[in-house]
Amino acid sequence: MNVLEVVNLRKHFPIRRGFLRRTVGQVKAVDGVSFHIRKGETLALVGESGCGKTTVSRCILRALSPTSGEIRFTVDGKQVDLAGLSKRELKRYRRHMQMVFQDPFSSLNPRMGIADIIGEPLLVNGMRRVEERRKRVAELLDMVQLPRAFRNRFPHAFSGGQRQRIGIARALALNPSLIVADEPVSALDVSVQAQILNLMLDLQDRLGLTYLFVAHDLSVVKHVSDRVAVMYVGRIVEVADTRALYESPKHPYTEALLSAVPKPDPRLAGERVILEREVADPGRPPPGCHFHPRCRYAQERCRIEAPPLEQVGENRWVSCHRARELSLRGVG
Amino acid sequence: MPRTHMAESIAPAVQSAAAPILSVRELKTYFHLPEGIVRAVDGVSFDVHPGRTIGIVGESGCGKSITARSILGIVDRPGRIESGEIWLGGADGQSGPVDVVSLAPNGAQMRAIRGKEIALIFQEPMSSFSHYYTVGNQIMEAIREHSDASKQEAHARAIELLRTVGIPQPERRVEEYPFQLSGGLRQRVMIAMALACDPRVLIADEPTTALDVTTQAQILDLLGGLQEQRGLALILITHDMGVIAEMADDVVVMYLGRAVEKGSVNDIFHAPKHPYTRALLRSIPSITGAPRTKLATLGGSIPHPFNRPAGCPFHPRCPDVMAGVCDSAVPPVLAEGHGREVSCFLYGGKP
Repeated sequence: MNVLEVVNLRKHFPIRRGFLRRTVGQVKAVDGVSFHIRKGETLALVGESGCGKTTVSRCILRALSPTSGEIRFTVDGKQVDLAGLSKRELKRYRRHMQMVFQDPFSSLNPRMGIADIIGEPLLVNGMRRVEERRKRVAELLDMVQLPRAFRNRFPHAFSGGQRQRIGIARALALNPSLIVADEPVSALDVSVQAQILNLMLDLQDRLGLTYLFVAHDLSVVKHVSDRVAVMYVGRIVEVADTRALYESPKHPYTEALLSAVPKPDPRLAGERVILEREVADPGRPPPGCHFHPRCRYAQERCRIEAPPLEQVGENRWVSCHRARELSLRGVG
Repeated sequence: MPRTHMAESIAPAVQSAAAPILSVRELKTYFHLPEGIVRAVDGVSFDVHPGRTIGIVGESGCGKSITARSILGIVDRPGRIESGEIWLGGADGQSGPVDVVSLAPNGAQMRAIRGKEIALIFQEPMSSFSHYYTVGNQIMEAIREHSDASKQEAHARAIELLRTVGIPQPERRVEEYPFQLSGGLRQRVMIAMALACDPRVLIADEPTTALDVTTQAQILDLLGGLQEQRGLALILITHDMGVIAEMADDVVVMYLGRAVEKGSVNDIFHAPKHPYTRALLRSIPSITGAPRTKLATLGGSIPHPFNRPAGCPFHPRCPDVMAGVCDSAVPPVLAEGHGREVSCFLYGGKP
């Protein structure tokens, strides 16, 4: 069963200039993105800054209203299109989707004790009795492996890793159907990163959680995800099962991205695909395939015609004219 | 251009016999705060050789950036260098080495070294540039500070430097302001500025942390290439073990102000000795690992600098802790030959 189906999602931001703030163009931050997430799995959305991955996640949570497209979300066996709902109608569904933020330092209210931070979503959603809330908060603290005795402390007393645990406990409070985690470990030290990733995997196994994991770090993504969607300038260029994507990428951008990651082994140092030039400006993307100016396999066709996202194998979609003929290099 | 590890083909013994260009000895930099003393750097020693890259790696609060700032004499108050020596070899071997610590931080001698002999590139290029001057002006200022170049000469040199660091259309870019450039281009400008006076030592403090991976790959490639061309001694400070593995010849692993282990990059990655180094290497997610696997974790988190543990600073998190030993004294630095050093009671020493 799919918890979420995103169909042809677009989010365009107007570029305004001059005294009258006339719209002179569009930044196509998200330009026709489609994917689905099955219940109990982790889909990672990866790409470099400005590729639109965060805009996608914000559209799904309806923190932004999409320009067009559908966001089909399944709650209690019923599917609703979140893209078309008004703010008032959305209220019913918000509790089923929760977010884990990147920065554990700015996402927790410094004036609230952690029992209140974790208990707030419970209160807002109708759990009025103090005793009931206290019990649930204690349960949640156990889940994220924080001592119950910490319940009355304030966020400043916690390290980055502990704060991220608090953020996860708050997200879990209402048993959400989908957790959107936007760069949940990128602000943490490596030794703490591992603890949080393990916790997220553990909780998923125990509670059957479904994650949309938005991240730029391909090593982190490999450790947590079942499937990966790679974005480039507002579009998905490749979706595949994690192992398949890393071992045999089908899109030249995926190949370059994997190759650019520094490998923590001096014996593997040296051979990198160095991409020329810079990421295209989403306000003025190149014609045809957005990646063609940096692609070493680009042909005439790539400069004119945008490749559609096509299925090339089981669980595998690629948006490249040459996907079937190229043999690209992955990593172990 | 793939980076070749030239240094590897030369026997380590030959390398270490060559005089280091910079020697840091028992450096201690403390911050005196009302709440107490923070020992940001607490007795760190290492050598930097021309044409080689020394990587200083560690997590936040380990003192790696303060080490860099100490070398340049730019530690912010209330921090100050308590003791130790930082010897900078004389240019062309004509004059003897100078102890940078003994120089007045704002004196003429130190100012002649900063930028000219030792240059620094920062993590976030945006905050290290002025918004009000063009990048050309800022590079020209660095050139004219240390030479008698005329404005025209400095301008021409600025364009040349931008070309060296791979900036397209340098004649146009030289007239632009930092906010008009992308992160990757800004970091290239930063490198151009650092190279303006042909320094012998380049300190790169998290040079690619704020960049995307493909841009990071470009910048690391550029740094490697420049080092080969110019025989630069590079001090690379980062928390990213992957960057260290790709770039460094020698590695210093720091934890809470101390160098817990030193060695060649191969020793550190393939035969780590200190429990912290071993735990750090095990806990990093690798792109070559299997999907959906648990990572080995290091318990606890880095202590607050005011609550520095007694004895070995790593002992409360150490899987191999020996009660009554590790918590009673700071382990001595044990030399293991070939520049290999480890500071841990597992390998000898008594409290």
